[in-house]
Amino acid sequence: MSNKPISTGAEWTFELIEEYDREIGRIAANFGLDTYPNQIEVITSEQMMDAYASVGMPLNYHHWSYGKQFVETEQRYKRGQMGLAYEIVINSNPCIAYLMEENTMTMQALVIAHACYGHNSFFKGNYLFQTWTDASAIVDYLVFAKRFIAQCEERHGIDEVESILDACHALMNYGVNRYLRPKPLTAAEEKERLNAREEYNQRHINQLWNTIPKKEEGSDSSKQPRYPLEPEENLLYFIEKNAPLLESWQREIVRIVRKIAQYFYPQKQTQVMNEGWACFWHYTLLHQLYDEGFVNDGFMMEFLHSHSSVVYQPPFDSKSFSGINPYTLGYNMMQDIRRICENPTPEDYEWFPDIAGSNWQTTLDHAMRNYKDESFILQFLSPHLIRELRLFSIIDDSEKPTLHVSAIHNEPGYRQIREQLSAQYNLGNREPNIQVYNVDIRGNRSLTLRHFVHNNMPLGEDTEEVLKHIHTLWGFDVHLESVQPDNTTSASYHCPPKEKLELY
Amino acid sequence: MSYIIDRRLNSKKKSAVNRQRFLRRYKKQIKEAVEESIKKRSIQDMDRGGQITIPRKGTSEPLFHHGKGGKQTRVYPGNKEFNTGDEFQRPQGGGGGGGGQGQASNQGEGEDDFSFSINQEEFLDFMFDGLELPYLVKKQLMDATQFETHRAGFTQAGSPDKLNIVRSLRAAHARRIALSGSDRDELRELKKQLWALETEPVSDDRNQKIHALKEQIKALDINKKRIPFIDDFDLRYNNIVKTPIPSSKAVMFCIMDVSGSMTQSIKEIAKRFFILLYLFLTRNYKQIEVVFVRHHTHAKEVDEEEFFYSRETGGTIVSSALELTAEILQQRYPRHEWNIYVAQASDGDNWDGDSQRCTQLLTEKILPLVQYYAYVEITNGPQQNLWNEYQQIHQNHPEQFAMQHIEELSDIFPVFRRLFERKTKGAA
Repeated sequence: MSNKPISTGAEWTFELIEEYDREIGRIAANFGLDTYPNQIEVITSEQMMDAYASVGMPLNYHHWSYGKQFVETEQRYKRGQMGLAYEIVINSNPCIAYLMEENTMTMQALVIAHACYGHNSFFKGNYLFQTWTDASAIVDYLVFAKRFIAQCEERHGIDEVESILDACHALMNYGVNRYLRPKPLTAAEEKERLNAREEYNQRHINQLWNTIPKKEEGSDSSKQPRYPLEPEENLLYFIEKNAPLLESWQREIVRIVRKIAQYFYPQKQTQVMNEGWACFWHYTLLHQLYDEGFVNDGFMMEFLHSHSSVVYQPPFDSKSFSGINPYTLGYNMMQDIRRICENPTPEDYEWFPDIAGSNWQTTLDHAMRNYKDESFILQFLSPHLIRELRLFSIIDDSEKPTLHVSAIHNEPGYRQIREQLSAQYNLGNREPNIQVYNVDIRGNRSLTLRHFVHNNMPLGEDTEEVLKHIHTLWGFDVHLESVQPDNTTSASYHCPPKEKLELY
Repeated sequence: MSYIIDRRLNSKKKSAVNRQRFLRRYKKQIKEAVEESIKKRSIQDMDRGGQITIPRKGTSEPLFHHGKGGKQTRVYPGNKEFNTGDEFQRPQGGGGGGGGQGQASNQGEGEDDFSFSINQEEFLDFMFDGLELPYLVKKQLMDATQFETHRAGFTQAGSPDKLNIVRSLRAAHARRIALSGSDRDELRELKKQLWALETEPVSDDRNQKIHALKEQIKALDINKKRIPFIDDFDLRYNNIVKTPIPSSKAVMFCIMDVSGSMTQSIKEIAKRFFILLYLFLTRNYKQIEVVFVRHHTHAKEVDEEEFFYSRETGGTIVSSALELTAEILQQRYPRHEWNIYVAQASDGDNWDGDSQRCTQLLTEKILPLVQYYAYVEITNGPQQNLWNEYQQIHQNHPEQFAMQHIEELSDIFPVFRRLFERKTKGAA
């Protein structure tokens, strides 16, 4: 205990925050955390509610749904039905973290460690964020978006803009690219490719085969090429590029919503990892702070109290159970990886030959950088942790009268549970897989979407409403068909609704 | 490298626009909710905001999602008794295994309701919507009570524009004197010695002494100067207090026919009319009492709930109500203390032969006492006998007695304005 505690009371001051930040930052750098510079902003509870209402961003365009969220949050907060988060952190460069003024000094230190070094380094390091988001540009982009939409409202009226935004918001989950698009070919490249192909054909031409009579053309007129040739899963992108009737400002709004959806996409895919990483580091950093004598026992008691309530997982039959707590799962997995590296058991050597006994910092860093929730769980969930959390999996098949326990935390069940938990975090399984299948470009310009049915799960009751929104954007008839894996259509939706066959 | 920024003083109402957008979008539903709450509230309780509950269904934003059914596999924590291969019944009440989807409601309102608060201004806005209130009147009705400001001494805290310079400097001066008292005494003593020395003949000893004294004086002067010329706690501000403008008392009589011919919708219209009158009076009078008198063949003083919502049947004798009003006026509201307003709502129906009596009562007992008597007849049909009778009175007392005819809700304000045209000018 060479150092004096930085503070002993509950009250925080800006000087103390600065001092804590300096010490935590120093320790984080010693652990090799690579972060964006931090911008720590102290805000009031009302400002926190504002931030809630604009999806956590420092600014956003105006829309009634944000207002709705605001009045809801305000109502529940004022009646004491919910607390507000201690912090909000934004994936930007510099990384903006909001700290609530109500927090005690300990909480501020915890939040600094959690957000400003935990989340921050995750934003900077994880491959999804690096691929899909541009941290240094997001705030500027929001400024642009807000201004552009305000201009549109002035020029075209609030209602016009609102109907486009409503429609786009309904499709927000279908406005993301999951895979990088190839760069569009330049004209020169295109020409070159054309020549190359021609030359290839010339060289491999075989006159003999040409004598075979051609198949009669036009025998199957329905076999026209589809447009788009490959199904397109980014509905907003497709609409932005192809909707026949949209004006350019409307296309720009579609693009804005799409860009923002894309910005949030990595966060949806890395919730467990991101929170786990941040919890792991606030735990580690603050313990190091304690070991160096910068904080006292009282601080640690308060910190551990909040830490343990954050990473508490209520069992499935508890009243407060609402799914697996991503903080618990993530934090425990991170700690477990460290344990496997530092104190491997024979079981770990068998399950994780690559990492058992390796350097825990390099291993964790590698895991943070190169995985998302789905693959992270598939790779790193250990039998040890499955036992500790007492995980079990249940199959709920609506065609059977009973639920079936398919695996529990025992030797035959480990792999199955790991696969199923991983699949649970696969966004592709959680949201219905809906893609643009065809546009009748030669006919009535109707848009046909396809829902590829997974595990026989039907679409929810909102579907018709969403179709109306798509209709607003597309401007012509919209059809949606649910297609089973065996290519049979199990349900279809239309907007405007198809007239029912009248029976006389 | 971190920047720490205090944002607490930044603008707060960032969500105000979004909130307005929300209210705008759900205007219809909110208006319905406001109307519902008008029914439940007392007349005197109308000018404040409140809780609004609208159906959640209309406010949801649709998304593609999976519906019920199909084959779902989920992993749960905290296994206690299950083993691989166990089969068991689905737990009732949805959410296979207790939760996941479907939040339980712990808030009194069900999941199906979306509730939030609106403030007084918004509430009145929705209430007056459809009443065709001109903006000026709306503003008059919504504005908070008027205050008069006057000075009341001095305080040590305040805004810079209220700084009282003379008082502040006087306080600073006093402080400087108080803090430098002992130094000054010493200084005076030293200066006396200095003068005494300076009159003495020149010698080395004397010069040294003078030099030492001068040094001491200089040190004391510096000490004196260290006392700040003006300090935070010297500042004095003019204290300005707000007092409500004293205004006299008013009493408002609501008289309504509750006989069988008055339907609930007529009563609703009447209630709006009374509300408007009440709000209008609250603008002009600090203290208002409301007396509810209802009548069919008998009149009775009742509370508001009974006034609007109890159903009665039977014939109509208007004079009974006027008699009771006159009685109450005499007993409880002496003319010199109270401004008396009477509003009467009726469908115009009256017992034949009773209208004569009404005229007599009004002209003799009531009109001499009241500021203003307003009569509204709410009916779709032709005017009835009470109207004809009252028209006589109106001609004899055009200043005090006003009468108008209302057919539907949107007539209320124009009628109200015609009734109170003169008064509105006076109030503005």
